[in-house]
Amino acid sequence: MAKVPVQFTLNGSEKAEFIDSGTTLLNALRDKVGDTSPKGGCHQGTCGACSVIIDGELRLSCLTLAETCNGTAITTTSGLAEGGVLQPLQRAFLDTFATQCGFCTPGMIMAAKVLLDHTPNPSRDEVVEALSGNICRCTGYEPIIQAVLTAARANSQNAA
Amino acid sequence: MELRKNYFADVRKDDLHEVGQPRPRSDSPGHVTGKTAFFADRNFPGMLHLKMVRSPHHHARIRSIDTSEAEKHPGVVKVLTAKDVPHNVYTILILIQIGPEDETVLADGKVRWKGEAVVAVLAETERAAQEAAAKVKVDYEVLPAVFDMEEALKPGAPLVNEYHGRNYYLYDSGECRKVRFGDVEAGFAGADHILEQSYQSSPIEHAPTETTGCVVVPEGNDRFTCYTNTQAMFFTLDNASIILQMPGSKLHFVGGTVGGGFGGKVDVIVEPIAILGAKLTGRPVSFIYSREEEMQISSPRAAEKVVIKDGVMKDGRIIARKVTGYTDAGAYSRHSPYGAQKGAGHYPGPYTIPNVWIDTYCVYTNRTPSSAMRGFGVTIGDFALEVQMDRLARLIGMDPLEFRFINAYRDGDMKAHRQPTEGAALIECMQEASRAANWPVAEKYMAMSSYVKGA
Ligand code: FES
Ligand code: FES
Repeated sequence: MAKVPVQFTLNGSEKAEFIDSGTTLLNALRDKVGDTSPKGGCHQGTCGACSVIIDGELRLSCLTLAETCNGTAITTTSGLAEGGVLQPLQRAFLDTFATQCGFCTPGMIMAAKVLLDHTPNPSRDEVVEALSGNICRCTGYEPIIQAVLTAARANSQNAA
Repeated sequence: MELRKNYFADVRKDDLHEVGQPRPRSDSPGHVTGKTAFFADRNFPGMLHLKMVRSPHHHARIRSIDTSEAEKHPGVVKVLTAKDVPHNVYTILILIQIGPEDETVLADGKVRWKGEAVVAVLAETERAAQEAAAKVKVDYEVLPAVFDMEEALKPGAPLVNEYHGRNYYLYDSGECRKVRFGDVEAGFAGADHILEQSYQSSPIEHAPTETTGCVVVPEGNDRFTCYTNTQAMFFTLDNASIILQMPGSKLHFVGGTVGGGFGGKVDVIVEPIAILGAKLTGRPVSFIYSREEEMQISSPRAAEKVVIKDGVMKDGRIIARKVTGYTDAGAYSRHSPYGAQKGAGHYPGPYTIPNVWIDTYCVYTNRTPSSAMRGFGVTIGDFALEVQMDRLARLIGMDPLEFRFINAYRDGDMKAHRQPTEGAALIECMQEASRAANWPVAEKYMAMSSYVKGA
């Protein structure tokens, strides 16, 4: 099968790969680039575990063709902690017990990050709405909502 | 967190240092940084992808299987059928002597449920495996199927599983698990009221966010490393050893990181065939359920039917309880004979009842095999029992919580299955629930104790 070149930045570093045309961004990231932080829970756009950020927007990488990502800047959960220091959002997930099995966590953190990037002080309803595309089978969601609200408070204190 | 230390204060040393204190989970840092390695995060050069050809019928004889077109499909490396599996007929609980072996790794001559694995295709890519699987031709003769437990138990019902020879699991106690305690008919005869109700549940899928699967690597030392999300490492290793007729020392299982299980990942389904594929091709093999397979193929919680007949006195005492429970195993045993047996011990509930009669059946139907799920064998029973308790309380015009205090078991009470009650805490839980829910009960119930005689 003919290979297609793709080039993008992933968490700030340049990546270039030859992929089979039709490869999803999820498979390209996981199998080619080696970033396994986006998870494949359904491969059909229903669970949100594969969420990544492309040019500042939340995207389902299982429904995004890798070849359409040329020249974009992609962020995944594996790229958040700088120098091993957790971001407030990651810290909050840890402190509020917002992870159990952890399979939904990278996708949840992506969805939460996009929310907080656009809306630094969201209401509870806004948090619920922002996470509504991400399924968690373990936590019952409440600790995740608390984590996002906690992170928002921590961010505004840091900014002040 | 608030800890109520007044309960059991006289029988407990008050030296709780950890309970009540938040402690960070050891796995959370991996989860929030995306570093936790789930089995599917392992990628190996030359890895093959396994896809199953599955039965489209609930019950059918297999006349023939033709894999020739699939084998010619570009990218296909190996196609496996029943004859390739060293010990094809197995049952998970054989490890604890609960037989007979009644399930095929790959169907041999017959399929007993819609979705049953028939042929395994191994190919260079997932897509090639999928396309080739669609080219396998299986000639079926469709047989009558049975989906209802009571229908399955009637004479003349289609026989689901020849390894049992009957549509129920034969316990050493006979066609069902039995509990006999006191004289239930005498109890009913002396009761002020009798209430008989039946309760039914549907199968429930665990729907873990991470689907079932494994990645197997043939190692240079003639061993196989199996990265898996099983919830039952040693059960899986030992059953794989039996199915593959391979000493357990050749199998190295790596797991413990499970993306949601809830009991849905205790069956030994993906590992043996993936290890066999790795053995026969000499290459790493990945077998991961699609979301559709997770929902349709992986075992659900069993459908259950529970018929409860109670004899109750006007003063609130339940004096007789008769329960008939049915557990729908689907086409194969897996963990269901054990689930039905648990139900037999559990149906009196946490109540002291002097006359108890229980029968629980594990029934075979042409439905998806059921298995473990959070408290299987007791959870549906608890739903039925507690609805029944509310109805009984209403029947005699009593507060439902006070009614439970009257019947609650206490230390020293003999349970129907002849285990003396020890360490009961139901009364204390209900006292606390009464406070927390602001559902007051009479003072005499608040003064009761699970372990102080006469209180
Ligand atoms: S894997 Fe993309 S939404 Fe589920
Ligand atoms: S923590 Fe398991 S799915 Fe969310």
